[in-house]
Amino acid sequence: MKDAKANVLVGLFMLFGVVAFVYLAMQVSGLAFNEKSNGYTIQAHFDDIGGLTDRAKVTIAGVTVGRVESIEYDKQYYMAKVTMSIDSTVDNIPTDSAIAILTSGLIGEKYLGISIGAEEDVLKDGDEIYDTQSALVLENLIGQFLMSAGGDE
Amino acid sequence: MKTIYLAIHKYIESVGRAGVFLFQSLFRLPVRWDEAIRLYLKQIYSVGVLSLIIIMVSGAFIGMVLALQGYSILTSYGSESAVGQLLALTLLRELGPVVTGLLFAGRAGSALTAEIGLMKTTEQLSSYEMMGIDPLRRVIAPRLLAGVTCMPILAIIFSAVGIWAGMLVSVQWLGVDEGSFWSSMQQSVYFDTDIMNGVIKSLVFAIAVVWIAVYQGYVCQPTSEGIGRATTRTVVLGSLAILGLDFLLTAAMFGDF
Repeated sequence: MKDAKANVLVGLFMLFGVVAFVYLAMQVSGLAFNEKSNGYTIQAHFDDIGGLTDRAKVTIAGVTVGRVESIEYDKQYYMAKVTMSIDSTVDNIPTDSAIAILTSGLIGEKYLGISIGAEEDVLKDGDEIYDTQSALVLENLIGQFLMSAGGDE
Repeated sequence: MKTIYLAIHKYIESVGRAGVFLFQSLFRLPVRWDEAIRLYLKQIYSVGVLSLIIIMVSGAFIGMVLALQGYSILTSYGSESAVGQLLALTLLRELGPVVTGLLFAGRAGSALTAEIGLMKTTEQLSSYEMMGIDPLRRVIAPRLLAGVTCMPILAIIFSAVGIWAGMLVSVQWLGVDEGSFWSSMQQSVYFDTDIMNGVIKSLVFAIAVVWIAVYQGYVCQPTSEGIGRATTRTVVLGSLAILGLDFLLTAAMFGDF
């Protein structure tokens, strides 16, 4: 009899552990939301990614529509090739859209922002965005400022 | 020179004995499976279920303290909604596995050592041997396996209770917006790198603590003083092992930038 009661408590303990795990997975990490959904992937080449990382947000009008999947160096063009996955419900991005690396706040994380173009054709799986704007690197900005300040004299 | 050599030799020998001990208790299959499962469930009760209360209470208080401290700093930058992110990452990556491990070493590890040590002192272990029952298989193996099963579950419960308690403090009491609390958390917590790494950490800590606890009980001096010393050693060595392993695991999991 005492054995059976202990077994019930052991069963409750294990079930409680499973419930806590599901709670962490669903509510805390939002697994259902940022899971790799059945989206499509597009690519873009950048001169300088300046601290962009895997899983950074891809936004249109400030709304997250996808995530960066991989960043690699493209030997052929001497550029960074960024592959990103876009939510399948967002299926009407024009092919002449522009993409830029932006920063949230002054010292915040880097993310990608897509500015919508005017073309009728839309991007499909494996397509590339050609109009890209690299990250602003502080050293380059200071360099340009010094050059232009020096040019006045 | 000779004494140093002897000390090193003795140390290496004890490490080897502990390794053989672990191997022997894990890889000798039980004779009767139903009996083995009964013993295992009984140990889960005394190691896991009985530790549940202290784990949940400590988790709740640590979550509440983290929320208060995080809020008081973050609010001066106007970013108090990030308190959810701070709370979840701290608990899942570090405090959940480590504090659970330390509490587990103190609550369950010391009890295991004392129990096995007393069994040895009262010659129950040698009576088992005399009856032809392998004490490693009957006494040690169920305790090892039960401890290794229970600790990840306890660590998960610790983190979940901590996050829930921190949510109560920051949302209900301090007035952080509930939507931004959860969304900042969900944006920065990843299932594989944060939750699963925490589970892996607690699994490694469990193996270290339970191994130390049962081994110290098994080799303790069969006197009342010896049991006391073995219990102290379990808590001290177990806690040190957890903190040292935690640094190594953190460096391996989150060290590449």
